[in-house]
Amino acid sequence: MNRIRRITDILVNVWMRAGLYLLLAIPVLIGVGLYWKAAPIIGGHSLSDLLFSRQWFPMKGEFGFMPFIYSSAYVTVLAFILSAPLCLFAAIYLTQFGKHRLLQVMLPVIDILAGIPSVVYGVWGVLVIVPAVAKYVVPLFGVVSSGYSLLAGGVVLAVMCIPYMLNMLIEVFQTIPVGMKEASLSLGATHWEMVKHVIIRKGFPGILSAFGLGIAKAFGETIAVLMVVGNTLDISVSPFSPGYPLPALIANNYGEMMSIPDYDSALMFAALLLFVIILVINLFFRYFIHKTEKI
Amino acid sequence: MITYPVFSYQKAKKPQRMVNHQEKQTPIIEVKGLNVRTREGEILKNINLQIPRNKIVVLLGPSGCGKTTLLKSLNRLTDLHKELQVSGEVLIDGVDILKVSRDLPIMRQKMGLLSQRPFPLPVSIYRNVAYGLKLKGIRSKDLIAHSVESNLKRVGLWDEVKNRLNSPANSLSIGQQQRLCLARGLAVKPAIILADEPTSALDPISTKIIENLFKELKEHYTIILVTHVLRQAVRLADHVVFMYYGDIIEQGHPDDILKRPQTEVLKKYLVDGN
Repeated sequence: MNRIRRITDILVNVWMRAGLYLLLAIPVLIGVGLYWKAAPIIGGHSLSDLLFSRQWFPMKGEFGFMPFIYSSAYVTVLAFILSAPLCLFAAIYLTQFGKHRLLQVMLPVIDILAGIPSVVYGVWGVLVIVPAVAKYVVPLFGVVSSGYSLLAGGVVLAVMCIPYMLNMLIEVFQTIPVGMKEASLSLGATHWEMVKHVIIRKGFPGILSAFGLGIAKAFGETIAVLMVVGNTLDISVSPFSPGYPLPALIANNYGEMMSIPDYDSALMFAALLLFVIILVINLFFRYFIHKTEKI
Repeated sequence: MITYPVFSYQKAKKPQRMVNHQEKQTPIIEVKGLNVRTREGEILKNINLQIPRNKIVVLLGPSGCGKTTLLKSLNRLTDLHKELQVSGEVLIDGVDILKVSRDLPIMRQKMGLLSQRPFPLPVSIYRNVAYGLKLKGIRSKDLIAHSVESNLKRVGLWDEVKNRLNSPANSLSIGQQQRLCLARGLAVKPAIILADEPTSALDPISTKIIENLFKELKEHYTIILVTHVLRQAVRLADHVVFMYYGDIIEQGHPDDILKRPQTEVLKKYLVDGN
């Protein structure tokens, strides 16, 4: 009996450890694989040319990724600006001010929103957001746009990020001890002062985590944004201009035009870029979370 | 690194407001027909209670009898629990706290709260004590620094933390955190201290420090203490309220309640408790 228990213990331990190492190995293998496939283009061009050049002429062997990086960053920032405050205040309201029943109704709604396939968001963007931008927003600014724009991409991405961020923020705010809220209120704080000084401050590492998740999600989102953003190489500050984010570049072109030398490698480099940027975003947020957790 | 002006410590004076003899006789808190219920049932049933000034009033009773709910009804922290329906009157110096709306934060400042577990705010030690003062609208840095120092001295924490006032409050031990919470509460000059089993998470030495503080503080404050520990009630209480299933069963002087119980339920509780 003792022997069986001991062997079971060892087997479970080995199984769990193997699972853990496998999980840790997956991102490393992805990174190594992408680097390996992107090596021809990295070897053939300088990194600064690849990252900062605007010239994208695969037929001539010019692969400047700047327009793609710019479009990705633009729609991500736009999505973050549109969704983060909304999620923060909605989560505060639902957990601190609203009735418990409202929260109970909202939680499954948020889960449903998170479960909708991104292509559905894309179709919704094409049918609703793009025409709305073209008909109602663009005329306000006196510019010409088909509606397929960075703004449309940002709006669709914002809507897609909301369930993820909101869900996480709700969980963060729910974990703050009631005793801490009571302490603040009993010292004479109003409800909003309590939220400001206790809920937001105590939940700050969690808020950062939620925002980090939202940004990473927005940066890597492919199909929905591809359908509404226009997919045109452009670097413009105007949100009504079309764009061409990195994931859209990969999704639109992978498997096509493979006869062009280095094109396959360039797309793998785009994927590697995406991978590294999301890794950096995560590490950046981890660092700030670690810093703020000490308070 | 922020430096704070250091002042010589003076023993805290009595609250500014003069309390005349007649006022001393009137209860500081009067609870009339207080009912607290949820959908599942009643937590407090028609509670009528008078809390005398400058005494330690101990709420005694088994777990789940409604002591904490009663305590939290006094400064309306029951508002945080939306499932609770509260009715009746809770008069604090004659003002029904259940009916006030705009002045609720001011009313709450009259009652310092000490929880079962210390809950320092997620800021530094200094800012924890200064928090209530800033809410009161005090902006003078000197005044705040003086109050922080004097209240930390009052709870015997100053020497332990004076060199690390900027450290996070949660870096303190549990016993120190509880004293910090007391200092934080005292800084806003409340008239009443609501203490919900404040020593239950503490070691015997920290417990003794808190108990001794309560004995000193009752000269200036009314203390309402929820406790399970009979010996603590004996050591501290001027007035004991025994609760059972949301009702007040007996109340009076500790000698009467703890030595000459009238009801069977209290007799049994005392026998089991001892």
